[in-house]
Amino acid sequence: MATTLELKPEADTLTNEEILRYSRHLIMPEVGMEGQLKLKSARVLCIGAGGLGSPLALYLGAAGVGTLGIVDFDVVDYTNLQRQIIHSTADVGRKKLDSAAEKLKAINPLLNIRKFDTRLSSSNALELFREFDIIADGTDNFPTRYLVNDACVLTGKPNVYGSIFRFEGQASVFATKEGPCYRCLYPEPPPPGLVPSCAEGGVLGILPGLVGVMQATEVIKLILGKGESLIGRLLLIDALDMKFRELKLRKNPNCPVCGTHPTVTELIDYNEFCGIRGEEKPVETAVPEIQVEELKRRLDAGENLFVLDVREPHEYQICNINGYLIPLGELPKRVHELDSSREIVAHCRSGVRSAKAVDFLRQAGFKKVHNLAGGILAWADRVDPKMPKY
Amino acid sequence: MPKIQIPTPLRQYAGKQPAVEVKAATVGEALADLVAKHPDLRRQLYTEDGKLRAFVNVYLNDEDVRYLQKEATSLKEGDNISIVPSIAGGATSSDDLPGFTGIELRSNRDMRSSLAFCR
Repeated sequence: MATTLELKPEADTLTNEEILRYSRHLIMPEVGMEGQLKLKSARVLCIGAGGLGSPLALYLGAAGVGTLGIVDFDVVDYTNLQRQIIHSTADVGRKKLDSAAEKLKAINPLLNIRKFDTRLSSSNALELFREFDIIADGTDNFPTRYLVNDACVLTGKPNVYGSIFRFEGQASVFATKEGPCYRCLYPEPPPPGLVPSCAEGGVLGILPGLVGVMQATEVIKLILGKGESLIGRLLLIDALDMKFRELKLRKNPNCPVCGTHPTVTELIDYNEFCGIRGEEKPVETAVPEIQVEELKRRLDAGENLFVLDVREPHEYQICNINGYLIPLGELPKRVHELDSSREIVAHCRSGVRSAKAVDFLRQAGFKKVHNLAGGILAWADRVDPKMPKY
Repeated sequence: MPKIQIPTPLRQYAGKQPAVEVKAATVGEALADLVAKHPDLRRQLYTEDGKLRAFVNVYLNDEDVRYLQKEATSLKEGDNISIVPSIAGGATSSDDLPGFTGIELRSNRDMRSSLAFCR
């Protein structure tokens, strides 16, 4: 069943320039003049101009979506370029919003781009969403996922959802009148920070391309009112095996937001909901630290220091300082490999994981353990500029 | 034998396998057999009082078991069970590698972790 969106028909004609530009749409019966005018009238808000937002915005802009809003407060960095194809190398250091708007304008100067240089929050989401017809969620964290979902339900805007992890993706369309919302599927977020290991991070660069294009497809179909929407279906994408599966989603009558007796009737504090209290770094500051310069000096002086590297083996291959490798997740069962009488300096990439390791070792009775402040990144910055950073 | 599909974040607790065959007549037995084969998964899937965690969705073929007979849902030959965790990734550009920010190590026996990659 095709879902029909109520669009305000602002556009009633196409210029000759537009007819030429969109001719491959216009000659398709599924789009045609009527569909192209719907696209021109449509207002789509992309949350994030990152991995998912890149292909989303590029295709929607090219397709002739009249108004494209983008919410982003981030700047482009080198690690983004592997997948965030709307940004180029020359954009490193620029605001993602500016970089994205420039590319979109270059592809389609007819596009009305609305830039929102802000972090989406409970205080601005409803107001923002009301100005758009469809919300495309390309965020990267649970609090914003729940915020986008709830704001979509409360404002009655479809939430075109995509999410990625390593080489797996999920896509669906939530928060339509007839369909389930994200909370019907996942009433509660997982507890924060209870994550197995850093090895779990990362994402195959093409994956957000795959999933973002699926989101763009769903947005266009909602606007056109054509085809079979992903409403009520969760598409699972496994890029490694190149397998696509779909699961049935149901509207939960007891859903706290979209159920028959909702308990969430306004936006809440989503950090609190997801169990995140501010920008905490609790353990890191509580353990004894050593600076990279001091470590270098003491190693050079031949002191009997034991350097413990708690990263993953594939990170060790990128760069290392000849530390003894025990990934953080294996530390509890391999703690016997360490000599508690020796002075130990633990390090990871940036110092977060090794702080946990130090904390753990101290609780396990180790007296002389230090955390290398800033990790191997600080070492690369301040001791060995030839060392690659990742 | 029914098969349980293991999502990427949990594979490290299941001998890195993408799917595990189980001997079971119900969904509950299938999950019990899975955690018996791979004890490290228990903490990921169940709370300390033995209930399935709220953010763990279990599907039999394409249907959420919450809308069938939950863990009592019976299985037949060739059935496919999927564990579907919530994932949040999309733009990943934070300071540390995504999904890391707070592993808690308590003791050898109580190493807490989960299938979540919030933040």
